[in-house]
Amino acid sequence: MAKLNINGKVRDVQVEAETPLLWVIREQVGLTGTKYGCGVAQCGACSVHINGEVRRSCSVPVGSVKATDKIVTIEGLSRASSHPVQKAWAELDVPQCGYCQSGQIMAASALLKKNPNPTDADIDAAMTNICRCGTYQRIRAGVHMAADMAKKA
Amino acid sequence: MKNISRVKATNLSRRKFIVGSAAAGGGLALGFNLPFIGTAEATTAAKAGSEINAWVVVRPDDTCVIRIARSEMGQGTETGLAQLVAEELECDWKKVAVEWVSPGQNLARKRIWGEMATGGSRGIRTSQDYVRRGGAAARMMMLQAAADQWKVPVGELSVENGVITHAASGRKTSYGRVSAAAAKLTPPDAKSIKLKDPKDWKIAGKPIKRLDTAMKLNGSLVYAIDLKLPGMLHAAVKASPVFGGKLASYDESKISGMPGVRRAVKVHDNAVAVVADTWWHAKSALAALPIVWNEGSGASQSSAIIAERLKEGLTATNEPFASWQDGGDALKTIAGAAKRVEAVYSTPFLAHATMEPNNCTAKVTADSAEVWVPTQSAEAALAVTSEESGLPLEKCEVHKHVLGGGFGRRGGTQDYTRQAVAIAKQFPGVPVKLIWSREEDMAHDFYRPISQCKLSAGLDESGKLVGMHIRISGQSINAFLNPGAIKDGKDTRQLQGLYQEPGDAQFGYTVPNFLIEYAMRNTHVPVGPWRGVNTNQNAVYLECFMDEVARTAGKDPLEFRRELMSKHPKHLAVLNAAAEKAGWGKPLPAGVHRGIAQFMGYGSYSAAVAEVSVSDKGELKVHRMVLALDCGHTVNPGQIAAQVEGSVVYGLSATFYGECTVANGSVVESNFHNYKLLRLAEMPKVETVLVPTHDFWGGVGEPTICVVAPAVLNAIHAATGKPVRSLPLKNVALV
Repeated sequence: MAKLNINGKVRDVQVEAETPLLWVIREQVGLTGTKYGCGVAQCGACSVHINGEVRRSCSVPVGSVKATDKIVTIEGLSRASSHPVQKAWAELDVPQCGYCQSGQIMAASALLKKNPNPTDADIDAAMTNICRCGTYQRIRAGVHMAADMAKKA
Repeated sequence: MKNISRVKATNLSRRKFIVGSAAAGGGLALGFNLPFIGTAEATTAAKAGSEINAWVVVRPDDTCVIRIARSEMGQGTETGLAQLVAEELECDWKKVAVEWVSPGQNLARKRIWGEMATGGSRGIRTSQDYVRRGGAAARMMMLQAAADQWKVPVGELSVENGVITHAASGRKTSYGRVSAAAAKLTPPDAKSIKLKDPKDWKIAGKPIKRLDTAMKLNGSLVYAIDLKLPGMLHAAVKASPVFGGKLASYDESKISGMPGVRRAVKVHDNAVAVVADTWWHAKSALAALPIVWNEGSGASQSSAIIAERLKEGLTATNEPFASWQDGGDALKTIAGAAKRVEAVYSTPFLAHATMEPNNCTAKVTADSAEVWVPTQSAEAALAVTSEESGLPLEKCEVHKHVLGGGFGRRGGTQDYTRQAVAIAKQFPGVPVKLIWSREEDMAHDFYRPISQCKLSAGLDESGKLVGMHIRISGQSINAFLNPGAIKDGKDTRQLQGLYQEPGDAQFGYTVPNFLIEYAMRNTHVPVGPWRGVNTNQNAVYLECFMDEVARTAGKDPLEFRRELMSKHPKHLAVLNAAAEKAGWGKPLPAGVHRGIAQFMGYGSYSAAVAEVSVSDKGELKVHRMVLALDCGHTVNPGQIAAQVEGSVVYGLSATFYGECTVANGSVVESNFHNYKLLRLAEMPKVETVLVPTHDFWGGVGEPTICVVAPAVLNAIHAATGKPVRSLPLKNVALV
């Protein structure tokens, strides 16, 4: 039994402590926007925020998460896709298949929270999620655009 | 066109169609019954509107629902096809919604939607004619309905954005208002349908935004892997790691007490699955399940043995080669030439590594079988479901989902769909979702085939090319997947991009005394089409060797190519476009070097210029890539650019890292730590130059990948003075 605060809602889940947070989010909580890609923290498709930090949830045992930890998934990032990253992604038609984009958006939003004005080098260092369709050029442009939007907002 | 976006209703309609029983959304509207009409979607039928023809349904609120038969895996075909229909329909793009056709529906209506398979960059180019006709016919019927209502000649009516006007009387009506009457009319004679000249396009040909982006930004798009059905169980599977191996036994008692486990089941003769209440439980129990394999003869195979077999094929004689020649005796000419160049190149097996691992949910009852699946070939999935369930096709249905990547992996074979049905059959009436772990996905791909290539060329004293011989030795996709396509032991498909005949993938040079041959050397490793199929390897061989020959001739690589391309003006125009945009010949920053390549595939012409630097430690940086493409007509330039950008990533991943090696009969690489893929920091600036000639329909998803690697390798050659003849670069010391 674990207590999890996900997207501002506290939930009780019946699950073994070693279960990866990813699978708790997907299978017990039923939020499927967070994706399985590799299971070994390589691809970042499972990225969520825990207390504002981006984490690869496939490699976070649920037993290590405290009831007071604030978990945010793609579903809880904003109301009506209003986060600047989501708006920039829409403006630039970033997604292709879209499977990795929940993770990309969570990584980009975590970056901008820490660093509202990232350089290309900052983006290189922070955006390490894999996209097999190859949307990196638009992701880079999207992070810059979201930074600009956030400043104007 | 910037303001055009999808109406919200579109997303809802589409999601319902995908998530639920796909047959229901369209089934009632289509006026026929399929066995899987679910109650959840029954409400959509009342709002479904009038079917004008197979491609167009119009709702009373003027929403035009455009039917899509091809699969969407990120390549943007759904949006492009909708643009083509909407263009001829003359509807309001803001009121366009899309709806997917299922293979069960297609079967029930005698394949009225034609081919559903989505591969070979054919999604748009081979459906454009009939989908445009569908849009045009629907427009004609709606105009006729208005003319009938107003009792005026149809020729007096005009239409724009779905609003029909009778100028003489000032009357106006809308598609939504005439659709019910239009649906009852006899469709126009095919000969009376006149398609627009693409020069007059207003919706097609424009960089309109994709219709399917919103759901990809907030986690709401339900991929097949995300599907939830009441009472669903979950399965994890493991097949014999050695290709061709069989399942000998497993000890279920060791996992029977594990959390959530229902039971372990045999899957065909080569795999075992654990079925549990959640996938995590299934996967954990599978990892703990003792399994014994009969590995079979494949276990003796290794990369070294396979490389030796291919090497033998480079010089073999007296066997049926797929081949063609031009001019006189190439071998004699080269042997007697003043200068000779010879090189052997090689490329490895590659995995597709779609971001969404293979998965399929299946539900089998006594008289029905359904699957929910990411598939590039929904009709193949239907056939597999029928075969595996033992039920006739009309009692089976396939619910298509957006694919989290396809790249050729999820086409006709549908191995994961077959497994899912085989598992679900053992749990009658219960939906079972099978998900492959990443490790299973890497271990059981249909890999890009391995090959080697020996090239030799002869030059005269002045540096003029007088003869060339190309011998490719490698594995045949057809031998594995489609042996019937091989005639007399010759598989010409492996020469893709080097064909003599024009049209799809033609060799772009005229070489006096030319000979090309393919020696088939198969392995026990399953192979299949991998985005770009054989063009990727063949472009590396030809285009890198062209640079070697140009250097020996003492000529600029671009000039050397141009001299051989006068009979191939489209190839040449694209090469020139890339060179011009890249500033070929102009000074570069210190340490930066250029490479160029051109090739043809999928009916389209591609060229690339790469700018790279190589540090004194041998570290490579690709700074910029210019890609030029002539795909004939351009349906959505924004999406074409996206495909080109993506193709650079796909091509660079293969160039830098891509390699599946074989040890003890199995693939060694197991996940993204040892099958590395390009990340954002390594992404060069990509500039896309579209040079459409608007006189043919070429593909887009695949053709530009093949010029990425040779352009980069040629730039490395320029930087270091040494050719790179073997991929991936991770194995090559550049200095």
